[in-house]
Amino acid sequence: MPHLSINSQTVEFQPGQTILDLCEALSINIPTLCHLAGTTPTGTCGVCLVEEAKAGMVKACSTPAEAGLEIRTHGVAVREARKKAIEALVATGNHNCGVAGAMTESFTDFQMDAGDMEASYDLCPVWGDCRLQDLVYEYQARTGLFDSGWKKEVPDVANPMIVRDFSRCIGCGRCVKACNEVQVNLAIDMDRSNGRDVVATKEGNGLVESNCVFCGECIQACPVGALVEKKAQNQWRPWEIEKIRTTCPYCGVGCQQWLHVKDEKIVKVTGVEEGAPNKGRLCVKGRFGYDFIYSDERIKRPVIRENGEFKEVSWDHALDYTADRLKAIIDESGPDALAGVSCARSINEDSYQMQKLFRAVFKTNNIDHCART
Amino acid sequence: MTNSFGEFSRARMFFVIGSNMTEAHPVASTFVKNAVQNGAALIVADPRRHKLAEFADIHLGLKVGSDIALLNGLMHVLIKENLYDRDFVENHTEDFDKLAAVVETYPPERAADITGIDAAAIVETARRLASVKPVMVCYTLGITEHTCGRNNVVSVANLQMLLGNMGAECGGVNPLRGQNNVQGACDMGALPNVFPGYQAVVDPAAREKFEKFWNVDHLPDQNGLMIPHMMEGLEKRKVRAFWIFGENLANTEPDITKVEKELGSAEFLICQDIFFNETTRFADVVFPAAAWSENDGTFTNSERRVSRVRTASPPPGEARPNWWIFREIAKRFGQEWESESGQDIWDNEISQLAPALGGIKYHRIEEDGLQWPCPSMDHPGTGFLHGKGSFTRGRGQFLPAEWTPPAEVPCEAFPYVLSTGRRLYHYHTRTQTGRCSGLNDLLGEETADISPVDAGRLGIAQGEYIRVSSRRGQVRVRAKVTEEVPEGMVWMAFHFRENNANWLANPAFDPITLTAEYKACAVNIEKQA
Ligand code: SF4
Ligand code: SF4
Ligand code: SF4
Ligand code: FES
Repeated sequence: MPHLSINSQTVEFQPGQTILDLCEALSINIPTLCHLAGTTPTGTCGVCLVEEAKAGMVKACSTPAEAGLEIRTHGVAVREARKKAIEALVATGNHNCGVAGAMTESFTDFQMDAGDMEASYDLCPVWGDCRLQDLVYEYQARTGLFDSGWKKEVPDVANPMIVRDFSRCIGCGRCVKACNEVQVNLAIDMDRSNGRDVVATKEGNGLVESNCVFCGECIQACPVGALVEKKAQNQWRPWEIEKIRTTCPYCGVGCQQWLHVKDEKIVKVTGVEEGAPNKGRLCVKGRFGYDFIYSDERIKRPVIRENGEFKEVSWDHALDYTADRLKAIIDESGPDALAGVSCARSINEDSYQMQKLFRAVFKTNNIDHCART
Repeated sequence: MTNSFGEFSRARMFFVIGSNMTEAHPVASTFVKNAVQNGAALIVADPRRHKLAEFADIHLGLKVGSDIALLNGLMHVLIKENLYDRDFVENHTEDFDKLAAVVETYPPERAADITGIDAAAIVETARRLASVKPVMVCYTLGITEHTCGRNNVVSVANLQMLLGNMGAECGGVNPLRGQNNVQGACDMGALPNVFPGYQAVVDPAAREKFEKFWNVDHLPDQNGLMIPHMMEGLEKRKVRAFWIFGENLANTEPDITKVEKELGSAEFLICQDIFFNETTRFADVVFPAAAWSENDGTFTNSERRVSRVRTASPPPGEARPNWWIFREIAKRFGQEWESESGQDIWDNEISQLAPALGGIKYHRIEEDGLQWPCPSMDHPGTGFLHGKGSFTRGRGQFLPAEWTPPAEVPCEAFPYVLSTGRRLYHYHTRTQTGRCSGLNDLLGEETADISPVDAGRLGIAQGEYIRVSSRRGQVRVRAKVTEEVPEGMVWMAFHFRENNANWLANPAFDPITLTAEYKACAVNIEKQA
């Protein structure tokens, strides 16, 4: 196998591997921002810079491993180069998270003012859960160094699910990769027609009119606050959240989800990145179809029919009444006068329990479910 | 599924028949599309030119209900041109002669007549299928929801055995299960003929095992009724008490008028659900149940993977876990069940009773789930079945099938075929998705999808209200004119009550599985005056 050197160590590589792949395999930490696992690199952010003896600073995510390369992944020069890249990114848009603020007013005042406004778009919706903010902190990058001439834009909320605030977009292209190479919905692309990278639908129309199927994979891929779930906006802060792993309640794929739970309420849902079978992916139902459980229309108490009307009763009453009626029917007509349909949406333990009730207690095999639909 | 979703992105060729994956199993379809992007070939057989067909090398737009003719035609070519896997057939299968005799009578020209596909396309498809090994076959309800559903299923299996694609990674036959836990409900024995783990109720040894474990005697020894027979039993008063757990039968079963008459004649109807719905209108008792994320338990997906479901919030009011409700009724019949949680029920009962689940315990599925068969605690689970061509019953048996038309075919009064299914933005009768913010905005009402040709002939404009009628009923619904649908076909879903396709669908059933023919009935479409 061919080899190269990383931090003065000789290592072997396989053709097709990038420097980043190789470092990951060796547990050498390289920061990345625009790189989206499993997709082709865009190389737009420059955060993954490493130093090569002859070529100088190269992007680890998009530089193929080649025999004889001499790579340094750490050191002052590498740090400075990455820091510059981060400072350039921060300057591209509305990144007012105040990490090393160039704010005119004090950051606290700004936060208080912004917080007063209903549904303010001034406060970053992902403060504390932003890859760029993490990097700014880690590399002590300064903000406001360049004037990139960005302008505040009114976020695009013209669809039911996704808030798109492109004044926070760093043009990394992860959303485009997520849409085209992960979910393959082919809805969005980078529009370079105005000399600036802008995320747009392929036809230049709104998301609702486009090929978008609202899987939300782009939100999950966005490292900053440019794309967020409308339902989750202003509902949570990362430190208030407990993440609970579960399985999607809809189709037979069985996608693994993280429920982001605040005060015993699900505020958003994301895919479990390395989890089987979905590898982090969800569809519109899995990502956005959770809030039915909080509907006011939930049945909250047992009811029985009396004179044609439903009447709320206690559990004991409902259970006793049901058992008595069933016993009477079994006594008169035998157990096969009972039949039951279990639920193909509920947990295994429920179906097990129901067939056990029918077989072991009622003594009938009249138990089925919609196995065929 | 014999195989796993994890194999999809590595597969080299797919044959997807009767599956609208991008809408019904969206994430599964993403892996198929990834494979296509990486150079895999894709053959889609479906009356509709749906989204996945856009990614296909070949789209076979067969007529509704002609699948067996297509599959037999393909096998005819494979045998005639000697393209099948002789080695696999000789060593791992039986009754090849019987299959050969039947498919002999389906030359491409005859298959073309029945399916409406070019004979040349059938020949080419057969050659393509034989050119790559293995080919992964996926199907869904387009195969099963026919009066010949069982024969459709065995024909798909015949094809894969003939091609030697069974027992191989990235091969096999892969029915994508419709609902999240339909696989699990089967595994749990919520079926009239088997205990948990597919142990037959007519087998005295199985009964003895369960009698001992459950500490009861005289478990019933005859197979019970399937849903359609239960419903008929209601009207005939043979079934007097009916317990419906979590199903909205009044909207999901074909011929709503008939179904509601049956439900209305139930003497004692128990519903156990999270919302009042069209079915609970007929109930005498309604138990309030805990929903999905208010439970600790497990779901089993299409690839036989048992994964954890966890509690995120408590159920509202006095709603209780379903297993608790059943347990309380058992108590009132004098049986005290020990298990007091989902984990107790799984670890101490289910995994002890079902041999294929014996090695699955909650502590082993904290993160990724395990795929059964997983018989012991050190077993890693099973990604694909029938490894090295060994079938559960020894050799794989060819079960040749003759094509039969749907129970109801177009006629003068009802000249169109109605096929039904699911759409992306809603699930079933919308009891859940209809209460999620945003989803109704993405899809707020039902449409009848028709072809531009039919729309043009009848002068129907995009979005205009039309009347769709069958022998059983009629609905008023907006027309969606789309190239996806071929001439002569109407396609509708069952998400909305007022124009639910099940007012029209035919309650004709496969004689063995009793699956209803949701995919084919005869309808008429008319412009509304
Ligand atoms: S929601 Fe899904 S389909 Fe729509 S743009 Fe994002 S990734 Fe693409
Ligand atoms: S929207 Fe987010 S993911 Fe997309 S390019 Fe902008 S920053 Fe990157
Ligand atoms: S997220 Fe979508 S594809 Fe995945 S299990 Fe849920 S409904 Fe199915
Ligand atoms: S991660 Fe390499 S350039 Fe962005």
